[in-house]
Amino acid sequence: MIEENEPTGIGAPVRRREDLRFITGKGQYTDDITQPNQLYAVFCRSPYARATLNSIHTTDAANVEGVVAIFTGAEMVADGIGDLPCGWLVKSKDGSDMLSAPHPPLAASSVNYVGEPFAIVLAESIGEAKQGAESVVADFTEHNPVAELATAAQSEQIYEGIENNLAYEWALGDAEATRTAFAQAAHITTLELTNNRLIPNAIEPRACVGVYEAASGDYTLYTTSQNPHLERLILAAFVNVAPEHKLRVVAPDVGGGFGSKICIYAEEAAVIWAAGKVTRPIKWLAERSESFLADTHGRDHITTAELALDDMGRFTGLRVKTTANLGAYLSTFGSAVPTYLYGTLLAGQYKTPNIYVEVQGVYTNTAPVDAYRGAGRPEATYVVERIVEQAARELGKEPADLRRMNMIQPDEFPYETPVALVYDTGNYEASLDKALELADYAGFEARRAAATEQGKRRGIGFACYIEACGLAPSKLAIELGAGVGLYESGEIRMNPTGSVSVFTGSHSHGQGHETTFAQVVSETLGIPYDDVDLIHGDTGRLEFGLGTYGSRSIAVGGSALVVAAGKIIEKGKIIAGHMMQASADQVDFENGQFILQDSNQSMSIQEVAFASYVPADYPEDLEPGLTAKAFYDPKNFTYPAGTHIAEVEVDIDTGVTTLVNFVAVDDFGHIINPMVVDGQVHGGVAQGVGQAMLEQGIYDEFGQLQTGSCMDYCMPRADDLPDFTVDTTVTPCTHNPLGVKGCGEAGAIGSPAAIMNAVTNAVGSKDISMPATPEKVWRAIRGE
Amino acid sequence: MKVTLTVNGTNREVDVAPNTLLVDVLRVHLGLTGTHVGCDTSQCGACTVHLDGRAVKSCSVLALQAEGAEVTTIEGIGATDDLHPMQAAFRECHALQCGFCTPGMIMQGIDLVAHNDNLDNASIREGLEGNICRCTGYHNIVRAIQSVADGRAS
Repeated sequence: MIEENEPTGIGAPVRRREDLRFITGKGQYTDDITQPNQLYAVFCRSPYARATLNSIHTTDAANVEGVVAIFTGAEMVADGIGDLPCGWLVKSKDGSDMLSAPHPPLAASSVNYVGEPFAIVLAESIGEAKQGAESVVADFTEHNPVAELATAAQSEQIYEGIENNLAYEWALGDAEATRTAFAQAAHITTLELTNNRLIPNAIEPRACVGVYEAASGDYTLYTTSQNPHLERLILAAFVNVAPEHKLRVVAPDVGGGFGSKICIYAEEAAVIWAAGKVTRPIKWLAERSESFLADTHGRDHITTAELALDDMGRFTGLRVKTTANLGAYLSTFGSAVPTYLYGTLLAGQYKTPNIYVEVQGVYTNTAPVDAYRGAGRPEATYVVERIVEQAARELGKEPADLRRMNMIQPDEFPYETPVALVYDTGNYEASLDKALELADYAGFEARRAAATEQGKRRGIGFACYIEACGLAPSKLAIELGAGVGLYESGEIRMNPTGSVSVFTGSHSHGQGHETTFAQVVSETLGIPYDDVDLIHGDTGRLEFGLGTYGSRSIAVGGSALVVAAGKIIEKGKIIAGHMMQASADQVDFENGQFILQDSNQSMSIQEVAFASYVPADYPEDLEPGLTAKAFYDPKNFTYPAGTHIAEVEVDIDTGVTTLVNFVAVDDFGHIINPMVVDGQVHGGVAQGVGQAMLEQGIYDEFGQLQTGSCMDYCMPRADDLPDFTVDTTVTPCTHNPLGVKGCGEAGAIGSPAAIMNAVTNAVGSKDISMPATPEKVWRAIRGE
Repeated sequence: MKVTLTVNGTNREVDVAPNTLLVDVLRVHLGLTGTHVGCDTSQCGACTVHLDGRAVKSCSVLALQAEGAEVTTIEGIGATDDLHPMQAAFRECHALQCGFCTPGMIMQGIDLVAHNDNLDNASIREGLEGNICRCTGYHNIVRAIQSVADGRAS
């Protein structure tokens, strides 16, 4: 409940209403849902990175006490269960379609990464299911795995018909014009970069509960998903587990996603299918070690980048060649992340007139790679901001000045980049200036000198990033290969007593929509905040939805609610006009009141809602009720941008690098709840610090994951991080009704480049790769 | 085997296998699902509860070890209309996002404040080494715990 006189409208830092259940232990996450008579599932997973699956013997397992059933891939195929599809068809530069490796939910004839599931064991208890899984005997013939990204295209061919293990060779930009720019350049800077493989690790492991009602034929899948409608669509249309109208997907409280819970996973398909086979509910919960093996991973690029400059220091060309690891299969959006979400962002904040990028998407015998916070945009920012910084150092220019002279200016919007985007608005120097001030850039040399006196090295680095959020519009996305539209749905139901039930296709798994979306509707309709409730995450209650990823929720889902609210107001004017003996166009709406022009008459929206449900004095031919739906399809992406500045101190003796200060100044357009936005930036920056300094998913030459637990894969702890300084600048988005841009990923997009620019500044070597571990830094200091 | 313990002030007796973990007694046998399991190597701290007044990771305690002990979980420290100061501070400071690590963070935060004088930013951060949050970057968690330590929370 809101305190009396507490501001709740757009822009107010309303304390989150969802917190009350989370801080009292009353959240309902998937593993908290228990069905009567439920079975427990455990998956048998491949111990090999690449092998032929000759046979599976289940007799011993079936005899384990408590084991109820064991299913294999062959049985799923026999039952007509289809492959897990990739949702984005990328075309190669020669116009050919990408080559998809077949991806059955349970491997039937071959396994292609360690951890790939090939059987599901169901038992009365989790212990019995584990014992059953250990008793399943599979006969494999091992093959040499392709574990190394750099040599994957020259390695043994993994899949028949997919030569050089290449899913696609994608390109964007004008190759010829870029070649000319380089031929005429006064200076060329070249960088070899790797973008390290990351493992998302939402703290809630993936889980699902499948339920089948034999009497009705209805399936219900409770699952850890960022997009339950997309899950239902794919499970119904491609995997064929049930007709769409017979499948309900519920994503209850979800403990973080970061992209890893977008994907439609094998375990979900197998559990809901098996629930139908045994007609008993089935629960599956990943152990963390399974999450490491079988959740989608992120990033994993090797890139050569070249920047051409004229004799004034103006950028004249950027040429980028990237090899992107797709893992063993094309995951749900795995094909789009290193192409359309990466190459299109290579203009950054700059007026570089000629850009050409080529991306080779390669298969390896590793876990599938898909979206992880930022998804393509951190990789693009890392390329642009590392090479711009390096160019400044080579030319002896002040890095801020070199950036400034190349930035797109506020009067140059809308600005069409050479890589297919049209930026609608921005003021890049404003965020750069504010960040320089907050970081006390002017005082850095004194701090550096003080550190040097103590035998340490200080470095400072920045990243002026741009991102594209709220992927849109649908028509363009579908033309470029998307399998679905990228709109969002919203519905507002005015209840007869004047309260409001709001439904959104966006999904909240930490973002705080129950609070922020209620703020938007409360202000738009002039209804008290406490009278507005948000419902999300259940295909049984919502019309449709595309879910939450790509920082799209407020820009697309929030806008849908504003459009729906507009329809409520329009209908309300007809009703109020009638009741005040006037026409609708004589009625204005303001702060929850329908006001008759040139009079002292008005009606509240609550009175109008009541009248709509008890239509005594009511317009003829008008339907009763006051509800409205909207599908909002954005006209363009939104383009959040900003400057992040990192300052590090390096211990020369140990190589230990400490992040001593981090400043983020972001332009997210209008802000609904600044408290929530600051929190999103903090979390994103922490994940960016993880990428730059701590985290790396490592497979050995045999394709075995060497970083398969929280003891081996180093996520940031509290004492790895400083307090963050975050602030904003505002240029409202020009094409959505809230003027918002989205804030979920910015922290993870700008920070890795800023930190690595600081580390390389401190050490004086450009050749340190992420994560900047003490060993790497120690060796770099010694010129190794 | 029968295990008798006090959970959130109530005497409970459960009949469990000898290898049963305390976290499973809480979640499965007693239905106290506010305590979460986030990893399998005792790193994440989502399962942190109080055992005889000290924070422990309930995934690393056998139910048998809790025989005769007092266990307090997130459900036992406050209610929606009567929040513990640490709960109130977490909400006030926006110290949670997805909420999954939160019960463990709150239980660890209470332990830190109860057993340390003069907590500052660095010592709070050090005291949270055993609890992983992937959403907040810890910034606001540290602020929340500091505010309770300073006696500023309501």
